[in-house]
Amino acid sequence: MSQPASASTDSSRGYLASSGKGPALFEWIFSTDHKRIGLLYLWCITTFFLMGVVLGLLIRLELIAPGPTIMNAQTYNAVFTLHGVIMIFLFIVPGIPAIFGNLFMPIQIGANDVAFPRLNLLSWWCYIIGALTAVTALFSGGGPPDTGWTFYVPFSTMTQSNVSMATVAVFILGFSSILTGINFVVTVHRLRTKGMTWRRLPLFVWALYATAWIQVLATPILGITVLLVFLERFVGVGLFDAAKGGDPVMYQHLFWIYSHPAVYIMILPGMGVISEVLPVFARKRVFGYWAIAMSGLAIAGAGSLVWGHHMFASGMSDMAVLVFSFLTFIVAIPSAIKVFNWVATLYKGSITLAPPMLFSLAFIILFSIGGLQGLLLGAAATDIHVHDTYFVVSHFHFVMFGGTGFGFFAALHYWFPKMFGRMYNATAATTAWVFMVSGFLVLYLSMAVVGLQGMPRRYYDYLPEFTNLNVSATVGSWILGAGLALMFANLLVGLFRGGPAPANPWKAATLEWTLSSPLPAENFEEEVEVTEGPYEFHEVKPS
Amino acid sequence: MSTEETHKIVPYRTFITVWIGLLALTVITVLASWIDLGALNVWLALAIASVKCSLVIAWFMHLKYENRFLKLIFLITLITLAVFIGLTFVDVLYR
Amino acid sequence: MSTPEPKDAFGAKFGMWLFLFTELILFSGLFILYAVYLAKYPKEFASAGQQLSVPFGAVNTLVLLTSSLFVAMATTSIQRGQKKLTEWLLAGTAFSAVIFMVNKYFEWSAKFHHGIYPDAPGLKELPQGEQIFYGLYFATTGLHGLHVLIGLALFLYVWGTVRSEKVHAEDYGLLENSGLYWHLVDLIWIFIFPLYYLVL
Repeated sequence: MSQPASASTDSSRGYLASSGKGPALFEWIFSTDHKRIGLLYLWCITTFFLMGVVLGLLIRLELIAPGPTIMNAQTYNAVFTLHGVIMIFLFIVPGIPAIFGNLFMPIQIGANDVAFPRLNLLSWWCYIIGALTAVTALFSGGGPPDTGWTFYVPFSTMTQSNVSMATVAVFILGFSSILTGINFVVTVHRLRTKGMTWRRLPLFVWALYATAWIQVLATPILGITVLLVFLERFVGVGLFDAAKGGDPVMYQHLFWIYSHPAVYIMILPGMGVISEVLPVFARKRVFGYWAIAMSGLAIAGAGSLVWGHHMFASGMSDMAVLVFSFLTFIVAIPSAIKVFNWVATLYKGSITLAPPMLFSLAFIILFSIGGLQGLLLGAAATDIHVHDTYFVVSHFHFVMFGGTGFGFFAALHYWFPKMFGRMYNATAATTAWVFMVSGFLVLYLSMAVVGLQGMPRRYYDYLPEFTNLNVSATVGSWILGAGLALMFANLLVGLFRGGPAPANPWKAATLEWTLSSPLPAENFEEEVEVTEGPYEFHEVKPS
Repeated sequence: MSTEETHKIVPYRTFITVWIGLLALTVITVLASWIDLGALNVWLALAIASVKCSLVIAWFMHLKYENRFLKLIFLITLITLAVFIGLTFVDVLYR
Repeated sequence: MSTPEPKDAFGAKFGMWLFLFTELILFSGLFILYAVYLAKYPKEFASAGQQLSVPFGAVNTLVLLTSSLFVAMATTSIQRGQKKLTEWLLAGTAFSAVIFMVNKYFEWSAKFHHGIYPDAPGLKELPQGEQIFYGLYFATTGLHGLHVLIGLALFLYVWGTVRSEKVHAEDYGLLENSGLYWHLVDLIWIFIFPLYYLVL
């Protein structure tokens, strides 16, 4: 795995350099190069993430006091729907695979591109068209959708707001996700370089591989579901309409058949990033390589069996509640296996608390809290008590934001030098991290408690006794927001003013670090041959 | 992974035989629907449809001649489908 | 990309199969609904199913099975370098798709003529199970018909590539993978026909 930095860096800007032919924008939006596509995704997805953050802050600001504060009830419904739709479909689902998967997965397996580069570009176009459709839905038809990101019938088929266009947007975005999934599965199978055996595959690639399978096998169900909502609104086929003999609970089944596996589409790539970062900054071979790799596949499999736990209070049969509750506990096992192996990787390691490592450690803790909350929700009895309360909101923000979100930030800080060839300020990043973690805990722990006390989710107004915890949650959101602002500002400064980054600042052993920073235009001049695993750090003796 | 492409050229005769089989099964499934077997009718129709599908998949779609890996992932997809349907019925049948 | 990679025929086929899985699962959403509602309304499904025209369904089954045969044979003929025959077989496939859609058009118009279409006033008088049956019928055959149309466009394109010899005996992945798609459309219909036209 020792290849000298590629020679194609005459212009030190590598793949970022313009060829000077035609408009610069076209060189990007019509490029089939996986690195450029990854960077396109980075800009788009980060933009939508920031939009989602602003909407989230607005929701919290509205809830700082009972009664109307800064917006009316209809606007509030639209705002939380948008927050959900943007964060789920435009940020968390595509986030890590589309950006870092595209940028680094082919390189990590020693390939020059993904298996279907043009299809990859088509995925990005689908993403952009879907995203623009979603944005258009806000300003057209009967106003922004107000159903929540779940589009539950019968409300979604009856509301005057522009749900139809939003479902079209989701359908197109689903297509983008499927195409990326197909591309990644084939890439991992067909394009591994010489010596890159399955047991030498970086764990990030393993995670993306498991994710891609879920994308392929689960996303189409979402497609047909939103298509039926669309058909219901336009021609009234009546498949979920109780007046026509339909069963609204079947909508929930179909929706969650996709959307539960989808939470693993969201979290698995984050777990992959963590598995990549921890060994590098602990200077130790990862503990339990196979356990981590296989538990990813186990999560993908078991994650398809548990969708009913979103529906305990829907009027589903008691037998189903029992079965789904039982199955839900099974999915905790592979997740726990991962956590144990990460902790064991840290044990007796030579740990450096660089920013990527800090975000990874936050991931482990926040994700574990969220996971344990998940067990409470998976147990049918407690779920009936806390169903549709802020406890649930707290839970999925712990796993999705504390998990995937922090995994995303870890990836951003880990690969930033490789992407842009520049360094950010580590002190500022660490400061931002402190703000983010503390704001996060204040915000979402307040939500957990107020949920246990019985405050329902998605409500515009609340009883006065919930005021204190809502105030603390809102204050937490400000701390978190400040941390995020600092983090992004620091990265932007690094992007334009940062000092040049060396080829391998973290002394990592995966293939992308054998190339120059920023990445060269052509990944590998000649075929590389891999002779050892991705976590063999030679300055420490293997334990 | 053992993925060497199968360049086997399937003779026309094989395809035509399969096609005649499919037509025969279509006739059988129509005839079977005229006999009243109660709930069994649906299962019989599904069984015949499954046989027809297997013919199409194995010969027309070449799966018979593909490597084990493609067969395996096809099987995984079928299992996934069975799980989706089965777990939905855990709800529907016990309501 | 400065060095063109050699074409990976198996990789392309593998990708196509993955895509077919997604199609299969897309339709399975409708089949799940069918199964659930059949279990709930067996009698209504039977009586509504009898209103569908078995001849129309049967003819379309024959048309699709035969077109599948054409495509399958086309993969053989292209490998044997029989260009003219391949063109004829592909044209036959596209023609079959047209016949299928014409058939479907007459079938649907007859239904519309009898006041049976989604959200029709007359439909609401029927028992709930029959309304659901027709809802499923239109959604499923509609989505399937859309796939037939896409297939038609696809095969016209493939036919053109065979004519211009972009697709030939050494490089016929496009034809093979389009064929896989077409067989899937056939597969879906193999289930639609007995479930909708022949129930009980």
